[in-house]
Amino acid sequence: MQTVVLRRLVFILPVVWGVSTFVFLIIHLIPGDPIDLMLGETAAQVDRQTLRRQLGLDQPLWRQYATFLQRLVHGDLGQSLHSDRPVHTLIAERLPATATLALAALCVSVGLAIPLGVLAALRPRSWLDTGSMIVALLGVSMPNFWLGPLLILVFSLQFGWLPVAGRGDGSLPYLILPAVTLGTGMMAVLTRMTRATMMETLREDYIRTAVAKGLTMWVVVVKHALRNALIPLVTLIGLQVGALLAGAVITETIFAWPGLGELTVRAIQQRDYPVVQGCVLVIALTYVIMNMMTDLLYAVVDPRIRFEA
Amino acid sequence: MHRRRLAPSGYLGCVLLACLCVSACFAPWLTPYDPRAQDLAAGLHAPAWAHPCGQDKLGRDLCARLFYGARISLLVGVMSVAVTLTLGVAIGALAGYQSGILDEFLMRLTDMFLAFPGILLALALMAILGPSLTNVVIALCIVGWVGYARLTRGLVLVAREMEYVTAARATGATAPYILIRHILPNIAGPLVVQATFSLAGMIVAEAGLSFLGLGVQPPTPSWGSMLNEGRLFLLLAPHLAMIPGVAIMLAVLGCNLLGDGLRDWLDPRGEIVA
Repeated sequence: MQTVVLRRLVFILPVVWGVSTFVFLIIHLIPGDPIDLMLGETAAQVDRQTLRRQLGLDQPLWRQYATFLQRLVHGDLGQSLHSDRPVHTLIAERLPATATLALAALCVSVGLAIPLGVLAALRPRSWLDTGSMIVALLGVSMPNFWLGPLLILVFSLQFGWLPVAGRGDGSLPYLILPAVTLGTGMMAVLTRMTRATMMETLREDYIRTAVAKGLTMWVVVVKHALRNALIPLVTLIGLQVGALLAGAVITETIFAWPGLGELTVRAIQQRDYPVVQGCVLVIALTYVIMNMMTDLLYAVVDPRIRFEA
Repeated sequence: MHRRRLAPSGYLGCVLLACLCVSACFAPWLTPYDPRAQDLAAGLHAPAWAHPCGQDKLGRDLCARLFYGARISLLVGVMSVAVTLTLGVAIGALAGYQSGILDEFLMRLTDMFLAFPGILLALALMAILGPSLTNVVIALCIVGWVGYARLTRGLVLVAREMEYVTAARATGATAPYILIRHILPNIAGPLVVQATFSLAGMIVAEAGLSFLGLGVQPPTPSWGSMLNEGRLFLLLAPHLAMIPGVAIMLAVLGCNLLGDGLRDWLDPRGEIVA
């Protein structure tokens, strides 16, 4: 197991380097002078020089890169141009909201997808199977920037059951609509995958043996089939959790949810590049770490992976 | 003669995509209205006989904007898929067929691109390039080639061990000739399926970027920006957000149904009908 962990750690190092280099280059890839974009062409020369010095753009590229990496190692992501606050503080303030939303969306999707997928696999070609597959197909095809307004229209504006937007006092009603919006796509993918893997598992010899032994349907399905079918699902769930963080960018914008995604979009619109760099770096690194943890979890649940390593 | 049939859902996908193409290609003939023509007195009007989809806050005909918006979706989708498919297949085929250091380098490069969730990388690129139609296509192309490269590499790795490739090599055929004339036609099926799903992804990504104000800029009609504008009038005029949303969903549904149908059709383990 240690070999697997070490191998994965070595494997992600060049990826982390690549991500941080891309983030460093964001400002340098902007066509023209980035200071013009941030302050406007009519800004005073003094302000332009101050910002150029503050961002280190007056230094040679290699020195800027070295300083960037050095500051990064110390967790210093620079200052926001808009609010003049440290970027890491802004991100730290927003991270809990995004984590809460992603976790809630994960619960919604896994909680719905696994029962739906299992039921569809147990009764193939029945109305239940067809119904779950239609739900899954619609879920895959429905973009969250349409589903969100649709849910607001029905549950907030028509019935008045749930709040329209914001995080309020952090209570559950504020979380429901954003979590359903964010989790629906993942739920759809997981339902299809659960159905496919369960159908394959239910055809295995050991399931036939379990049935022949006279075990109840519940025990056969939950203890024998689902446990084995979960192995590929773990990978998919892990990969989707990373995608949830990215999907949160749009969902948070729709619901004015004060998370990292909303901060990223606002920073892009305000051309606050240090914040854009910080947000992109944090989301991408979280995504990389989630993928690595998925690989490790896969090795934990499937002994064959450990032995192969 | 035994042959496989495309499932009925696959045909439904074809029909939905055909509707998208017809709307995009024949937009000027399908509606008498200019999608940019404003009629402020008729702002937020509900669907009526003269304007079947209603009018937006500036009194522009929603139906006309929907048809012209289909052009943007289809243009961005098809162009991005064409470029990413070409680039991804070329890189993947090179990595898979040559192996060695080149393969290692190209695969580590794809790992770096895969480290970014697609929409985040597209957002970061739009922050660099600035919002415009061309930049949306560029951003989506930079994001989208990786999947094709990975898939092609895997398929080429399997195909190059096949006997027909050994036979071609024995006749003295060069590597590019073998790749283009022998391997690519044999691995085209999964790539076509992937391209169909990818078209759906590109349509959603373009609409998503426009929704956030980072894609196609007003007054050019785009389904994503129409949805974003309509979202502000959910209570007064819900059709403004709902109609473009339905259009996006149907386009994506069409791609997904066709992709599923093609995948089953091309699967050798699938049912064969007489």
